[in-house]
Amino acid sequence: MSGLYDCRDAFASTLQELAASDPRVVVVVNDSVGSSKVGNFRKEFPERLINVGIAEQNMIGVGAGLANGGKIPFVCGASCFLTGRALEQIKADIAYSQANVKLCGMSSGVAYGELGPTHHSIEDLAWLRAIANLTVIVPADPIETAQVIRAAHQFEGPIFVRLSRMPVPNVHDENYKFEIGRAVQLRDGNDVTLIANGTMVCRALAAADQLTAQGIAARVLNMSTIRPLDREAIIAAAKETGKIVTIEEHTIYGGLGGAVAEVVATTHPVPMRILGFPGVFAPTGSAEWLLDHFGLNAAGICQAALELMK
Amino acid sequence: MQEETIAMLRARANQIRRSSLTMIHRAKLGHVGGDLSAADILATLYFAVLSVDPANPKSSTRDRFIMSKGHCSGAFYATLAQAGFFPEEELATYMQPLSRLNGHPNCVKIPGVETNTGPLGHGLPVAVGISLAAKLDGLSSRTFVLTGDGELQEGSNWEAAMSAAHYQLDNLTVIVDRNRLQQGDRTENTVKLEPLAAKWRAFGWEVRELDGHDHAALLATFAQLPFVAGRPTCLIANTCKGQGVSFIQDQVGWHHRVPTDAEFAAAMLELNEVLS
Repeated sequence: MSGLYDCRDAFASTLQELAASDPRVVVVVNDSVGSSKVGNFRKEFPERLINVGIAEQNMIGVGAGLANGGKIPFVCGASCFLTGRALEQIKADIAYSQANVKLCGMSSGVAYGELGPTHHSIEDLAWLRAIANLTVIVPADPIETAQVIRAAHQFEGPIFVRLSRMPVPNVHDENYKFEIGRAVQLRDGNDVTLIANGTMVCRALAAADQLTAQGIAARVLNMSTIRPLDREAIIAAAKETGKIVTIEEHTIYGGLGGAVAEVVATTHPVPMRILGFPGVFAPTGSAEWLLDHFGLNAAGICQAALELMK
Repeated sequence: MQEETIAMLRARANQIRRSSLTMIHRAKLGHVGGDLSAADILATLYFAVLSVDPANPKSSTRDRFIMSKGHCSGAFYATLAQAGFFPEEELATYMQPLSRLNGHPNCVKIPGVETNTGPLGHGLPVAVGISLAAKLDGLSSRTFVLTGDGELQEGSNWEAAMSAAHYQLDNLTVIVDRNRLQQGDRTENTVKLEPLAAKWRAFGWEVRELDGHDHAALLATFAQLPFVAGRPTCLIANTCKGQGVSFIQDQVGWHHRVPTDAEFAAAMLELNEVLS
């Protein structure tokens, strides 16, 4: 776990590798070459980097059209604009049309910190999870990000990949095998289950360490695919640990916690805590400050788990 | 030869009109005014212009047509069925439970449909992407989009228009079904579109205006595409909403009104008379 990484680097280098071997791979951006880290891609494949300017509705439609023409477009933009500004295009042109488009939401969650709620993307999982035929994935580290991008390239159909710009440690080792729709257990334990994805996985692991010190064995699941959801892993967690805490860099309305609760409540009800942003627009603060402010850190996760243990 | 082609197109357009009316009358749903205004454009494209093959609807070198005004699915389905993309008998299932002929076209279920439309302002951005893909692959295939005129109030069209000109997509043609009516009123009483040709020109497009019911004019115009190398083309097709049925023509109330039995009979009589 030495070192912290920006997952966009793994995203960009993987994309470049794929493009080198597959001429169908193209990138579409909304003047987001820098923030999507595709500057090197543009250098290497200038004609395959399509910048539509600051025009997200057009960007999504162009992605659908490129897919119609046999390309595999990776459509990249800040998640807040990519998903919020062009939601109807994502629904009609991509998901409902089953267009083979890979949507890559950058700097999601509260990564833009001080820039404020206009630039936070803490609703994207809720509104994208509600759309039929759209696979939604939130990788946790560079190792997983690279595999998710390769899986998205192989997968025939629409996918949304939610990336951050916040540095994270590697939580998987090089032997890790990502599979769409499959949660991975990073810690074994039968007292409580911590279910997280994205930037919250490393924090859930830190919380599990603190709980171990208190004699509590916490299971940790990385639920990187939020749709389709790994129901079996959730049901097993409910049955075997009897308590579940979900942690997401997202509003508590309709995201990972909601998805898990839908399964738990209808199969094997157990007490839960859903950690995330509590349905408010965040105050001013850096990304890290905001996560601490809302208890999205090891201490906050431990506290929620301990409440369930009472 | 030309005369024969035009007689054929006239018959095709008339059949599209009669099918659309029949479908709407049976389903008690649909958008009759826009179906009738688009019929001649659809007939000309599918029976004299587009390189498409119903036996191989996904051919990588096909021309693409996108019905951006997806609510006019009656005319679109009637055209696709006539062109052989699915059996004409299936038109009878229009909007019936479990029919694949939804109120708005679904590319996953219906061969010949390129992308799902219905919400307005979606067709042109997708067409830009298809045209870009053709350019990247060095293909000579062309993309045509039919938009409504009221639909141009959607800003996404203008995002797409800017990018099409920037990328010099001379393989792309948008046809505006300029019938001057939208759901609630005349376009110019709602939010003005004029000067419409000047708007497209300012966005970098080559523009031609023509009579959208004149098959000879449509043929001659399509034959000259692209007018300027490196420029996308906009054809403003002046049309009459409800064209072909005297009491439906140019009436805002007939945007999605369903004809009564008597109105249906009278409309079909008018259309049959024109044919004979």
